[in-house]
Amino acid sequence: MLHIYCPHCGEYRDEEEFHSVGQAHIARPLDPEACSDEEWGEYLFFRKNPRGLHHELWVHSAGCRKFFNMTRDTQTYEIKEVYKIGEQPTVVVQLQAVSGAQS
Amino acid sequence: MSDVTSTTKLEQAATKAAVMNQLPADKESLGQSPLHHADFASAAKRGAQKGGIHLSELALLGHLTLRCDAGNLEQLAAVEAILGVPLPLTPLTSVEKGAYSVRWMSPDEWLILVPGLEAFSIESQFRDAMPGHYSLVNSSGGSTVLMLSGDNAVELLQKSTTIDWHLSVFPVGKVVSTLFAKSTATIRRTDDQRFELIIRRSFADYIWLWIQDASLEYGLVIEA
Repeated sequence: MLHIYCPHCGEYRDEEEFHSVGQAHIARPLDPEACSDEEWGEYLFFRKNPRGLHHELWVHSAGCRKFFNMTRDTQTYEIKEVYKIGEQPTVVVQLQAVSGAQS
Repeated sequence: MSDVTSTTKLEQAATKAAVMNQLPADKESLGQSPLHHADFASAAKRGAQKGGIHLSELALLGHLTLRCDAGNLEQLAAVEAILGVPLPLTPLTSVEKGAYSVRWMSPDEWLILVPGLEAFSIESQFRDAMPGHYSLVNSSGGSTVLMLSGDNAVELLQKSTTIDWHLSVFPVGKVVSTLFAKSTATIRRTDDQRFELIIRRSFADYIWLWIQDASLEYGLVIEA
């Protein structure tokens, strides 16, 4: 069971009060009519499934019923941070470190 | 003021027209609590008189769900003028004044309990006095209120929820919306050993059965 901090209630609650809604920060195309089928399909259906840090959208469904974002490690289940909608995560994958490891 | 917080005269007239007294005009049609069949009145007489759990129902209260902008001072002033008490803006807190009580539900939502017969007049006052963009819904029929007290009340809550009920983190007046035996409930501590459970109408019978089962080891006293 995860112990999740709700940024709206301001306290930790049990996982059973929450629902995961999937990947966060998915921006709707500004002009959907101008999208190619591929771009629209990417937006609608294709989601990241990383091993490691993942930014997710959660909802405190049995509590204040507000949505918020969470950065979670999908390998260790460790919750790195929670932040409100509209804010940007502070814990992010270090791109340089990743590309350095690959080269 | 932005478009979201201001309303036109036409919109104000429309929201006023939408308000309807949910109580029947003839006084003989009585409302029934969702726990009507449990018959607390006679259970209080013939049931156990001693036990660790005391249960009573506050039936047929007026439940008003208010949604407005916590940063809009005009709205906050209007609410205070109507209820005689300011909205609790701190998360998980509640305020009480006479027969009125207000619970923080979410950063922009509050639940107001008033005596059942006053719900319509309070709602009408909101329609007259509230400025800007807001929502007030009379949800009285959707839920009922149980009062849980007694020496073992905290133990029963510990069995039924995942909340920490210690007085140091759950003082009198704190309110949480959570899961009580897997069904949603809004629980408020009104005294050290006294709790108010606002439960869904459709789950009322299930929770009544659950409380009977959970209090077997302590003894259940029904209060009318």
